Amino acid sequence: MVTTTAQEFKLPDVGEGLVEAELVSWRVAVGDTVQVNDIVCEIETAKSVVELPSPYAGIVEAILVEVGTNVEVGTPIIRIGSGAQPSEFVPAAAAHTSADTSSAAEEPASDSPGTLVGYGPREAATQRRARRASSARAGGQQAAASGPVLAKPPVRLAAREAGIDLRTVTPTGPNGDVTREDLAGAGGRGASEVGGRGASASERIEAPPVVYTGRVTREPIKGVRKMMGQAMAASAFTVPHVTIWTTVDVTETTRLVARLKQDPAYAGVRVSPLLVLARACVEALRTHPLLNAVWDEPAQEVVLRHYVNLGVAAATPRGLVVPNIKDADLMSGPDLGRAINGLTDVAREGKTQPAEQQGGTFTITNVGPFGMEGGTPIINPGESAILCFGAVSKRPWVVSADGEDRLAVRDVCTLALSFDHRHIDGATGSAFLADVAAAMRDGISP
Amino acid sequence: MPDVDFVQLLTPEGERVEHPDYSFTGDDETVRGLYRDMVLTRRLDVEATALQRHGELGIWAQLLGQEAAQIGAGRALRQQDYVFPTYREHGVAWCRGVDPLRLLGLFRGVDFGGWNPSDHNFNLYTIVIGAQTLHATGYAMGVQRDGVVGTGDPDRDTAVVAHLGDGATSQGDVNEAFVFAASYQAPVVFFCQNNQWAISEPTTRQSVIPLYRRADGFGFPGIRVDGNDVLATYAVMQSALQRARDGGGPTLVEAYTYRMGAHTTTDDPTRYRHSDEVEHWKLRDPIARVEAHLRRNGLADGEFFEQVAREAEELGVHLREGCRQLPEPVVTDLFDRVYTEISPELADQRDEFADYVGSFEEAVR
Repeated sequence: MVTTTAQEFKLPDVGEGLVEAELVSWRVAVGDTVQVNDIVCEIETAKSVVELPSPYAGIVEAILVEVGTNVEVGTPIIRIGSGAQPSEFVPAAAAHTSADTSSAAEEPASDSPGTLVGYGPREAATQRRARRASSARAGGQQAAASGPVLAKPPVRLAAREAGIDLRTVTPTGPNGDVTREDLAGAGGRGASEVGGRGASASERIEAPPVVYTGRVTREPIKGVRKMMGQAMAASAFTVPHVTIWTTVDVTETTRLVARLKQDPAYAGVRVSPLLVLARACVEALRTHPLLNAVWDEPAQEVVLRHYVNLGVAAATPRGLVVPNIKDADLMSGPDLGRAINGLTDVAREGKTQPAEQQGGTFTITNVGPFGMEGGTPIINPGESAILCFGAVSKRPWVVSADGEDRLAVRDVCTLALSFDHRHIDGATGSAFLADVAAAMRDGISP
Repeated sequence: MPDVDFVQLLTPEGERVEHPDYSFTGDDETVRGLYRDMVLTRRLDVEATALQRHGELGIWAQLLGQEAAQIGAGRALRQQDYVFPTYREHGVAWCRGVDPLRLLGLFRGVDFGGWNPSDHNFNLYTIVIGAQTLHATGYAMGVQRDGVVGTGDPDRDTAVVAHLGDGATSQGDVNEAFVFAASYQAPVVFFCQNNQWAISEPTTRQSVIPLYRRADGFGFPGIRVDGNDVLATYAVMQSALQRARDGGGPTLVEAYTYRMGAHTTTDDPTRYRHSDEVEHWKLRDPIARVEAHLRRNGLADGEFFEQVAREAEELGVHLREGCRQLPEPVVTDLFDRVYTEISPELADQRDEFADYVGSFEEAVR
């Protein structure tokens, strides 16, 4: 406990009823002087990213939570005082274990910053107040030294098998009961044996003891990765995907791009074949509106959209994001080019706003920069089709001139289209892709 | 987004312009006063937002960007007028003489409203969207029956203001209030701050016509004013309030403004609106244009601006320190406030509940 006049800022509930937040960045360091309402850090909750202003003025004595950590509401995150006791980074134990002295907190100190023990997924803290009659969880002090220990039968069994005395475990369950996670933290003989739900002694799988450092690193699923995972899994397992592809000679598009780069109307625009493809898709979506529609399962309707919000999938350091260009069908060629440039620039800087990723109607994913010829992309949720733009490369190609076939070196690429087969049949999908391919073959100006 | 047709008397650049139907009647001192009101209102809003981030308030509804609309509407009132606010009328509360600290109790969860409405002719905040328009209309009908409309006595004739937002216009309550107000020619002004966003729903999706034109269908006048122009809002509200006091009936005033911040501290507007829209409105800041007007025309000196800034800082400290001192409520208060005199049955229930609460190890608030 703090014995100086220093004050600890506990993580507030910045939304209504939030139980935790991730610490995204620190804006101050130990030794910095802060005024009241100076921004000290940025946190990300399930609802928003918010900046936290300091409630106290003084000198930062300690940063108590590491960037990237999920912190429970109520956990002290920073200590601000007169500066009398500056200290190094001191990661706080999770809120409910900070005050007790049980085995859960007995990790070697040197392990603390790097280890993931204690930072894994945790049950949301819907704790009830303890009644006076109960001995468990007396205000976070001295857990259950006497009296009956509360635990559900499977947890009791797991504890017995693992050789853990329940009375030595700090309970964190909603009623002051010991949970399976608490046993893992207590680490009796063979903590790994605790996890196997329903694994009785006879059928227990002989797994090597879990080593928390060195051989594996457990990265929490969160942020962009979490969104990508949910979106892709939802799409892949609800939408029947069909992928078709065609390989096309895009030499005329390459020439067109070279011409447009000299065109004053395109001054300042980074013209690329992607722009030509974007326009080709927008035009083909006009002719084949089902590709721009969405299957609305609850309503039992196919929703045709008379606008095109064109998504462009972008790889960023944090993962996949798919910002989209609103009303791309209303844009001139140069405007569309600028929009694509802006979109990808912003995405690479990791500054894409959530609004820019919502409401897409069709997506292009460009795997060319990775050197890939093609792929079978997964449809972005809320859309019906996605076009995979393969690398443009020089390949031997049969061209016909004057009734004679001969081999030539041409710029060639593969276009692959995944579509929702619930409302788009093979003929419709193929007709759309053929139109896009024709525009690329002919080099139609965007 | 194109600029719309509305009553404007002070441009975003701080230039005074005239309007054929409305004029600002105040003097330079009035303008300085309105500036001070807006700066202090913004400060109280910023401080309360910070207090929420400190963990001192459960939630806060921000008014950032709507200072001109609220101060213009608030300062156009007469003592005897009565106001029914939403939960965001912190600037109007300021004009009605409510200590800003009293606003915090509701958001801290220690009371249901920290002021006596009849002390300020300012009702408690209403969280239910649009409900207060019915309360206001009913109150205005009561004012009619009290005979304090159209007497010609400027200190007696009373107007009622119902505050609402753009989202509330989609509510049944509001439309019912419009019907009753029109039928009875009630002395009520519906002051709609169209801040463009009903949480994440844009106004343009809620109404295919400008909101002020809804009044046409109900049979009373509607007028749109630049809600970021405190002079125009003041002038238009003075006119609408006087019409109500004179017995002319209701008016719908649409103050066209912008919610610069989030809907509440729980909301993250970057999830549904673009930053360029916010940038567009920053250039229309309600306070900056008054400051430009005062400075450019030599109507206020540096000392004036410094003085206001100092007052704002003092207000911040007042809120910060006062917030933590707000008294904690006692659960049994719930029972004591049902009737003037508690019934024996209720007293039994209160005692039983007090025993139950006392059975917990931790104190229950």
